[in-house]
Amino acid sequence: MSDHVNAEQLWSKPPVIENRWLRWGITLVVLVYAFFAIRSFEIDIPRIIIGLDRGYDMLLAFLRPDFVARQTHIVRGVLESVAMTATATLLGGILSIPLSFGAARNLSPLPVYLVCRSILMIVRSLHVVVLAILFVVMVGFGPFAGAVTLGFNSIGFLGKLLAEDIENTNEESMEAVRATGGSWLQVVIYAVWPQVVTRFIGLSIYRLDINFRQSTVIGLVGAGGIGAVLDTAMGRYDYNTAAAILIVIIAIVLAGEYVSSSIRRRLT
Amino acid sequence: MLEISGLVKRYPSGPQALRGVDLTVKTGELVALIGTSGAGKSTLVRCINRLVEPTEGKIRLDGTELTALDHRELRHARRNMGMIFQEYALVDRLSVMENVLSGRLGYVGVWKSAMRRFPPEDVRRALELLERVGLREYVDTRADQLSGGQRQRVGIARALEQQPALLLVDEPTSSLDPKTARQIMRLIVELVKERGLSMLINIHDVNLATMFTERIVGLQDGKIVFEGTPEELNEEALTKIYGEEDWHAESRSAQAETADNGNGEKSDEHVPLNTAEPGR
Amino acid sequence: MPVVQKDGVSNWIRRDPKDSMRNYLKWLGGAIVVLIAARYIGAQTIWGFVLDAPAQAADFVSRSVPPDITYFRRVLPALWDTVNIAVFGTAGAVVVAIPTALLAARNTTPHSSLRALALTIIVVSRSVNSLIWALLIVQVVGPGLFAGVLAIGIRSVGMISKLMYESIEEINREPIEAISATGAGRTQVFLYGYVPQLLPVFVGVTVYRWEVNIRESTIIGIVGGGGVGFLLNSAINRLAWDQALVVLIAILATVVLAESISAKVRAAVT
Ligand SMILES: Nc1ncnc2c1ncn2[C@@H]1O[C@H](COP(=O)(O)OP(=O)(O)O)[C@@H](O)[C@H]1O
Ligand SMILES: [Mg+2]
Repeated sequence: MSDHVNAEQLWSKPPVIENRWLRWGITLVVLVYAFFAIRSFEIDIPRIIIGLDRGYDMLLAFLRPDFVARQTHIVRGVLESVAMTATATLLGGILSIPLSFGAARNLSPLPVYLVCRSILMIVRSLHVVVLAILFVVMVGFGPFAGAVTLGFNSIGFLGKLLAEDIENTNEESMEAVRATGGSWLQVVIYAVWPQVVTRFIGLSIYRLDINFRQSTVIGLVGAGGIGAVLDTAMGRYDYNTAAAILIVIIAIVLAGEYVSSSIRRRLT
Repeated sequence: MLEISGLVKRYPSGPQALRGVDLTVKTGELVALIGTSGAGKSTLVRCINRLVEPTEGKIRLDGTELTALDHRELRHARRNMGMIFQEYALVDRLSVMENVLSGRLGYVGVWKSAMRRFPPEDVRRALELLERVGLREYVDTRADQLSGGQRQRVGIARALEQQPALLLVDEPTSSLDPKTARQIMRLIVELVKERGLSMLINIHDVNLATMFTERIVGLQDGKIVFEGTPEELNEEALTKIYGEEDWHAESRSAQAETADNGNGEKSDEHVPLNTAEPGR
Repeated sequence: MPVVQKDGVSNWIRRDPKDSMRNYLKWLGGAIVVLIAARYIGAQTIWGFVLDAPAQAADFVSRSVPPDITYFRRVLPALWDTVNIAVFGTAGAVVVAIPTALLAARNTTPHSSLRALALTIIVVSRSVNSLIWALLIVQVVGPGLFAGVLAIGIRSVGMISKLMYESIEEINREPIEAISATGAGRTQVFLYGYVPQLLPVFVGVTVYRWEVNIRESTIIGIVGGGGVGFLLNSAINRLAWDQALVVLIAILATVVLAESISAKVRAAVT
């Protein structure tokens, strides 16, 4: 065998982008973009070095979280978050049902469908924090704004997924009920609802879990809950309490995730 | 060349899969391993290259005790054993050529293999093998674009690209239609004979076993219950291996096919190997 | 739906009594929790504000139209910053997430203690919202884009590694065995067996996270993380609803665009 032949002449892996100019062009564009983007971050090294002291304090505080000093505030924050979560999930769950029936193409006439779909789309496109800001301005600081925010957010989520489930229901059983002379409402109650109710309960429990996570953050903009307590602690540079709150949040989020996923596993 | 003695495998869960197997494969010998599913055929074959760790027993390949090797030595020993799998075991997102070249990984450095820079003779051999199995035009095709038969051809090329002394084959045709199965079996046997390799092959199809190999070993519930030539595989032997059934048709056709095979292949059955089947 | 034998006659009932009792109690318990929760919230609510809300909302709407188009001149640079936060937050997170995922997956971790460490990192990172991370980080590195990048990045590490390590644990073992059977070393088995299988999943996960991060980075400015969220907050604080509407429209457009890009890329890699 002649080893003078280069292996590449026999075979080499074809490049992902065939055209050489295009390949180099893309690389160049990416590099130029990275350069300007990183420059725009204006990373202020001296400021960060000063800040590192504070970062170190924060780290130490995490090793010595203080659950006691602001105990009543923490407990109240958690209860508030839980209360917001519970009411919002119920509210969102109930309101999402008619909307989802309206947004299911196989149940609703086109105009109703379009209106319901648009409502769901607009609600879904607004970030929960943006919603919270709007509701805080409207109804004032506190958990009421939070509950309404989470409720709205849940409507978007549950409504869209439930509508998709309804659209995927078995046509035949709907036909069967219609064939017996059933009205629209009877079709919904006897043919559609039984097919989606388990999924709906599963989704609601999942949403309960999401709502709790969200409830920890909307407090930062004044919508009550544990987030508001955290915001206050950080504002006072009380890192030991902040650490305690973060640990509480992580614990509850994990517990919620565990409970919600095990219930949902049992449902199916 | 391959001597197995007292091989026992106990999976942590479940019953004993192998209960003391003794088996020898001589250089250039083709041995078929038959038995019901769950008899322990795959376990036996996988114990040899230690994809499954044996519980007890000795496995010697050309004088090397395989069960005693450490990780590094095992890698060395594995280079001499090619393996062909039932479900092909190709890396779907790599091209045909990359899959075949992966047979040389035991010989090429990490960096070179990462950059796909294999020695010219490896690339040349891979191209020859692909020509031979009828996939020359599919060199840069992704493996998941091929049909079942084509995929197994790539698996065969990968195993032979290793230049092994022993070929371990685990149900190479079970996922294929009968016609393709025969073509694949014939291809494997031809390539093995050309190169004078030894082969240990699992098949559940008794006909294929008797058609293509010289020695048959029947495994039942982790023990060898039959050893002999295809001619000796009579009704009684089949009952021992597979249990009470009417084996009339099988053993008669097995005998007929063996005779037929002895006279060379019938021309009307011969399908040119370099004609690849249409892709999926 | 059990069939009950009673006096030699099978009887069909919807649920057996014990089951229906338990079911009833479950719903009752739920209702009580919600009632208590609602009372609790109601007690802290100033109903005067709430009753005034519809009037307020109508006021916002009337003040927000026509939107102040000229404000786009400030919004566009902020949007550019927002996109950069998402891109670099995601990119940085991926660099950390890949090794974390490899340590966290049962079949690739070198040691169970490293696995525990990786899982802890993942849990802490993803249980805390990026806005909360921003709150902490701003105090260390000061407000601005860099704080936003870090906050988005830290949260994404957990989110990305979780999806990645789950996909590593679900990997197809067969090709990996085949590569090992050729006598390949550990690194080679990784490069030839794992990488090709995982790469498309990893790209998909990353692009999906980038899409989510675009959304997150539109609001990270609210707590000092830079980007378009800062403008939204300040417009609302100044009650400049015509400007707030412009920001909202810009956010909406960016998010929709990011969604469609992400969907296209993910469809292409799988
Ligand atoms: N990875 C494994 N873990 C536990 N038991 C196994 C495993 N692989 C095979 N077995 C068991 O070992 C026995 C032999 O299996 P196998 O070698 O696959 O048989 P065959 O290839 O002849 O069908 C069977 O009872 C099977 O259930
Ligand atoms: Mg098997």
